[in-house]
Amino acid sequence: MKHSLIEAVRRVGHRTIDTIWRAGAIAHFFFLVITQSAMSFRRIRLIIREIYFSGVMSLVIIMVSGLFVGMVLGLQGYETLQKYGAEEQMGVLAALSLVRELGPVVSALLFASRAGSAITAEIGLMKATEQLKAMDMMAVDPIARVVAPRFWAGVISMPILAALFSTAGIFGGYIVTVMLVGIDSGVFWGNMQAAVDIRYDVLNGVIKSAVFGVAIAAIATFEGYDAEPTAEGVSAATTRTVVTSALTILALDLVLTAIMLRQVA
Amino acid sequence: MERKVYDFWVGFFLLAGFLSMAFMVLQVGSFNDSRGTKSYTILARFDNIGGLKMKAPVKSAGVLVGRVADIKFDNAKFQAVVTLAMDSHFEFPKDSNASILTSGLLGEVYVGVDPGGDDKKLAAGDTIKLTQSAVVLEKLIGQFLFSKAAEGTDKK
Repeated sequence: MKHSLIEAVRRVGHRTIDTIWRAGAIAHFFFLVITQSAMSFRRIRLIIREIYFSGVMSLVIIMVSGLFVGMVLGLQGYETLQKYGAEEQMGVLAALSLVRELGPVVSALLFASRAGSAITAEIGLMKATEQLKAMDMMAVDPIARVVAPRFWAGVISMPILAALFSTAGIFGGYIVTVMLVGIDSGVFWGNMQAAVDIRYDVLNGVIKSAVFGVAIAAIATFEGYDAEPTAEGVSAATTRTVVTSALTILALDLVLTAIMLRQVA
Repeated sequence: MERKVYDFWVGFFLLAGFLSMAFMVLQVGSFNDSRGTKSYTILARFDNIGGLKMKAPVKSAGVLVGRVADIKFDNAKFQAVVTLAMDSHFEFPKDSNASILTSGLLGEVYVGVDPGGDDKKLAAGDTIKLTQSAVVLEKLIGQFLFSKAAEGTDKK
């Protein structure tokens, strides 16, 4: 009895120490990545290559998803708005929901599962096959050579992908409302322009997507670097990247939206 | 060879990104917030503001000339005190009239300013003396029904 009680307390202590250690490890890792970034910016080729793999390769899924989301918004929005005779507001509905919320959030979720998981798996496998150790032996810092370019590629790609997602979505909405439903295209764009403010809607959406980009890139590179160097460890790390990224994105979105809406009101 | 392929696609990617941002700035949005422009505040007292909200437009002759900056309740006079942030490009005579209007039957509520004939202009901190409260639809319908009912009994 007494023994199991001590064991329970010990487990709580172990968990706590482990969590704090992990938080410290993440902070230390993030600090290292930032300080080692100067070198990877001097070798811009490395970043370009990584932008190709995480950004350009995500283009198709982002654009197609954006188009579909915009079209669904158009259909669903029309269904409800026509009850109030407000079909002309379709453009506003599609643009505001895409630019403010869906663009940054959905493209961040897609980016985390498409590119974040790939980054984690790549770095994790490099660790498992001792490539990172080999680099260290050759006096090449693996954080500067492997991690930092991937981190910055993610940070650069994310706002661009979110903007492309929103643009594709607005075109999807345009296809449904103007071409299928038959709302006048001048009314569609005119109402949209009257309602969407560049600073409070467009700029805030871009800020959101940039924050998500930093979060995803940091999580994906850390999980890969921290992965247990086994096949199982890499697979667990990849899963953790997607789950942690998704939760972080949604939590950050709530915080950012609360701050941004208070600024308006 | 491989390097050229990366360069092309990354360049294409960045260009597409900038184009879509330009699209959002030029085609989707506009600077329709008056925060950037200079403004002066004037006050207006209303007996009833209906559904007026913060940041509601202030219009004169149908054109946006300012926004509602603040709404307070005066507990001494039991009136609503509305602060209007007027665009400093526009000046109005001192005896202008402010009324609370609705665009369409169910549209947004805004403050309409009808200019008076005074030579002096409204300056920052001034109060608009002539105001007209919001029309409350329920009261109007109630009055209409009441007068109809009264008519009916007269005829009998």
